[in-house]
Amino acid sequence: MATARLTAVEVDYPGRGRALGPFDLTVNPGEIVAIVGPSGCGKSTALRLLAGLEDPTRGAVERTPGRGETSVVFQAPTLMPWASARTNVALPFELAGTPKGQARADADAALERVGLADAVDAKPAQLSGGMAMRVSIARALVTQPKLLLMDEPFAALDEITRRALGDDIHRLWDDTKPAIVFVTHNVEEAVYMAHRVVAMSAAPGRVHMTADVPGELPRAPHFRTTTEFRNIVETISDAMADTMSAVA
Amino acid sequence: MKRLIDILAPFVLLAVLLGIWEAACRILELPPYFLPPPSQVAGEIVTENALLFASAWNTLLMALKALVVASLLATGIAISVAMNQTMEKAVRPLAVALQVTPVVAIAPQVVIWAGLEHPDRAIIALATIVAFFPIFSGALTGLKASDRDLERLFDLYGATKWQRLWRLRIPSALPFLLEGHKVAGGLALIGAVVAEFVAGSGGAQGLAWRILEASNRLQTAKSFAAVIILAIMGAVLYAALSYGEKAILKRLRGS
Repeated sequence: MATARLTAVEVDYPGRGRALGPFDLTVNPGEIVAIVGPSGCGKSTALRLLAGLEDPTRGAVERTPGRGETSVVFQAPTLMPWASARTNVALPFELAGTPKGQARADADAALERVGLADAVDAKPAQLSGGMAMRVSIARALVTQPKLLLMDEPFAALDEITRRALGDDIHRLWDDTKPAIVFVTHNVEEAVYMAHRVVAMSAAPGRVHMTADVPGELPRAPHFRTTTEFRNIVETISDAMADTMSAVA
Repeated sequence: MKRLIDILAPFVLLAVLLGIWEAACRILELPPYFLPPPSQVAGEIVTENALLFASAWNTLLMALKALVVASLLATGIAISVAMNQTMEKAVRPLAVALQVTPVVAIAPQVVIWAGLEHPDRAIIALATIVAFFPIFSGALTGLKASDRDLERLFDLYGATKWQRLWRLRIPSALPFLLEGHKVAGGLALIGAVVAEFVAGSGGAQGLAWRILEASNRLQTAKSFAAVIILAIMGAVLYAALSYGEKAILKRLRGS
């Protein structure tokens, strides 16, 4: 049973026309899928469909996670600026009516797992970009979701931080094995992060190609220097260059 | 050194202008009812200080009461209206109509409604009308200014309407509300003075009455003294509200 499935979905926005599709995607339990594609190809729209935040104009969306079992990490940390890291991470529990003591304890534990045990009382403005993103990831994982959706989570971060966070995501994934859909416009990042990479064509986005990535998750050290990594990156990049030139 | 000059510059300019004014009055031997020299105005502030400060206090109290009433009304109405788009569309034009109505045009009628023996009530009501709009407008804008992805997150976790209001919309609106109060504070003060002028009654014993009284008796220096105290009071009120705004925001964001 798939965790989430999009079947021939199409999304039309009034005044903007077709944003996505027809598009198919199956996300299996415990699997990390990366969606890579040019800006404006409908990656974020596909993610909102998977989250159940939007309905497709045509096609079918199937989701098995129940309420509170889906989490989203956005490109920006999307924290409440008036609330401490702990209160931000405890938000899913507070909205679900979990007792405050339990919510705080779980939030503190989640912050500790992303290496922010010392920053539980800090406000977002006091955190660096990387730390704020860690708080956002802690908030997404605190409910132990079955499906974690990440919308270009590292796009605003520097290279060192994004690499460190990528490995952290793998380590955290290894604990509870949620299904993860990771959206990015960076081919290398997609290949590094996922079991399977779905490359999309330019707007309206369709599946251009799919590639399975060999190797274990979390990644072995220096995975980026291996031949199979380089080969898959080049294959996907070439294929995407073709779709771009077809458009241009 | 540069900093010191920056701080001193406005005072030096003021001193120069006052010096020219003083000199002009003496050289041209202007009659004091026409243009009193600044020294005479300063003298009035000193000799009449008890009366002037008591009047200033009355005006300030009326303005602050109006600010409190306007704050409660504007915030309350904005929150209840923001929950419903149709309500907002219905209320906004009325609020704008109220905003563009000159307070002097409705003041005489409000004085009659409040009862001629209670001019202070009429003044507070009129100042409230003036102070209402910036707070209302700020609140409406702020209640819709919450981050779109945070809204999505609240959707995802199945937040109720009230949770969304209290945990997202109102905290997001706070900076806009504070800005609205800062503007409204100054307007409430002006509103209180204008309303007292139009009420044309000494019953409220505010600064406007001092100005009216002094001008009617050709005590120009005393009327100028009242205007200067009003200006200083307005500046202090604005500074206090600005400080409060910064302090609250700093506490809220932790930096």
